[in-house]
Amino acid sequence: MIDIKDLCKVYLVGDERVRALDHATLHIYPKEFVSIIGPSGSGKSTLMNIIGCLDIADAGSYHLDGLPIEDYSENQLAQVRNRKIGFVFQSFNLIPKMTAEENVELPLIYQKVPRSERQKRVKAALERVGLTNRAKHLPTELSGGQQQRVAIARALVTNPSLILADEPTGNLDSKTSQEIMDIFHELHAQGNTIVLITHDNEVAKQASRSIHILDGQITEVTL
Amino acid sequence: MLSFKMALRSISSNKLRAALTMLGIIIGVMALVVLVSLVNGATSSVTDAVSGLGTSMLTVSISDDKGMPLDLNTVNGWMEEDGIGLVAPYISSSVTASGDEESGDVTVYGATPAFYDVQGMQLAMGRWLKTSDVENHTSVCVINETAATELIGYVDCVDQAISLDGVEYTIVGVLSDNEDSLTSMISSGSLVVYLPYTSLLRLSDSLTSEVTSFYVSAPEDGTMETVEAAMTNLLMERFEDDDEAFNISSQSVLEDTMSSITSVLTILLGGIAAISLIVGGIGIMNIMLVTVTERTREIGIRKAIGASRGTILSQFLMEAVVLCMLGCALGIFLSWAILQTVTTVVSSLNMTFSLDGGVVLIAVVFCFIIGVVFGLYPANKAAKMKPIDALHYGG
Repeated sequence: MIDIKDLCKVYLVGDERVRALDHATLHIYPKEFVSIIGPSGSGKSTLMNIIGCLDIADAGSYHLDGLPIEDYSENQLAQVRNRKIGFVFQSFNLIPKMTAEENVELPLIYQKVPRSERQKRVKAALERVGLTNRAKHLPTELSGGQQQRVAIARALVTNPSLILADEPTGNLDSKTSQEIMDIFHELHAQGNTIVLITHDNEVAKQASRSIHILDGQITEVTL
Repeated sequence: MLSFKMALRSISSNKLRAALTMLGIIIGVMALVVLVSLVNGATSSVTDAVSGLGTSMLTVSISDDKGMPLDLNTVNGWMEEDGIGLVAPYISSSVTASGDEESGDVTVYGATPAFYDVQGMQLAMGRWLKTSDVENHTSVCVINETAATELIGYVDCVDQAISLDGVEYTIVGVLSDNEDSLTSMISSGSLVVYLPYTSLLRLSDSLTSEVTSFYVSAPEDGTMETVEAAMTNLLMERFEDDDEAFNISSQSVLEDTMSSITSVLTILLGGIAAISLIVGGIGIMNIMLVTVTERTREIGIRKAIGASRGTILSQFLMEAVVLCMLGCALGIFLSWAILQTVTTVVSSLNMTFSLDGGVVLIAVVFCFIIGVVFGLYPANKAAKMKPIDALHYGG
């Protein structure tokens, strides 16, 4: 499913070269629930950007569903993100001027799904996260937990191969966090592949497998 | 369609800013449409007036008769020639006239029956000069309305007497001042008396019997071009092929001059308006750059969930174009309102100012081009953003 070999990524910060990823190699299999854990500055955000096709590694290879991601152009990457990956971010990243429903609909618009089918799928996705009654609300009218559930619905609506969550509970209190984690468990049980990036051990432990990252290098731990 | 809706929505979410941005375009469009429509309106009413002046008429003047002066009979005889309509020789002088009411200087024309039709005159009452009047040097005259009111005291003065330099003439007709003939326009407000050609020759010592000026009209089956050619042939034959000996001028020269003046004016005013539209376009570009920066994060989100470069580009380009076209529509509407107001205010001038279809089309096309040209840079800037940089912008 995800096949990463010898990934390297170097950033220039001022005059200094920072090795964000140093020959990272990992495999994630379909229908797995994997957490990637590491302290801040460990390179986990870089890894997540590369797995999410938001960024390209300097060296190494990355195959997602067998696709050679490192060879792709910007527009091809956009298409891969659109069709194969559902993002859930720490800061929710909903578009503030659009209602919950419209935010969820957006990736389907980019997929050029016809209107009637879009409406059906948006409704189903919001139902899965339990927000049917909030569909017409703007993000500012929703609580943090609700906003994150909208974001999860947006990630789900395209039936992606991979749901990529970056600190999804980072901005939420512990009770709401658990609600969000419960949704992820449910999604996993329904057969979705989930990669969850976090610095919180408690959260990481809930995954079926944890991958530790430190100074750009990967040490795998199976729970 | 969808990006059109999105654009409208994003514009309406910041109405004040959108309105201020559009103001530049609105003013530019108004300047273009109103100015050009005003010029066109004024031009068309003036050209109408000019072409209404004794519609088809050549003015011929002889400067060198080569020792063979034209006499009245020769010139009148040309009316029988092919391709020529009426020929109206005239002489003019200035005399002192006195009527029942008052005395004053008047312009007096010596004319023939043809003069009336060539000039497109209209009688208020009485009759025009007859061939017999010219042949018999009768002491009759036709005066214009102004002269009637000034000298006699009232318009209905047929059969009254008027004295010119001490010689008595009977008024047989009064010309209406309310028509659009060239003569009445030029002589409007002045006192004019028409005598039979021969009678004026007798009255005035300074005039000689040779004909040096006359008007020519086209026959019913001819045009100004054909009559001008026919007249030129006749005169060339007469004056030993010397085209310096005479001069033929027509109304179309006047019209040509007028139209070239107004087209220069239109281009000039249109150019100024176009500059203000470009300034408006720079305003659009400025605000689009601000919008793109403000919405960096939104662009990041859209790219993360799969918007391609083209999608983002068309979204922001559409916004700029919609902004421009809304401004354009408002500008055209306001122009229409202004032109209606102007038409009402100057209704006494009898001019109609209406939206000129051509200039509206130009305004719409120009606004569209401005929207695209000035929207392209900001939209491209948005499209080129890297998703990770955009996502992490400002937090």
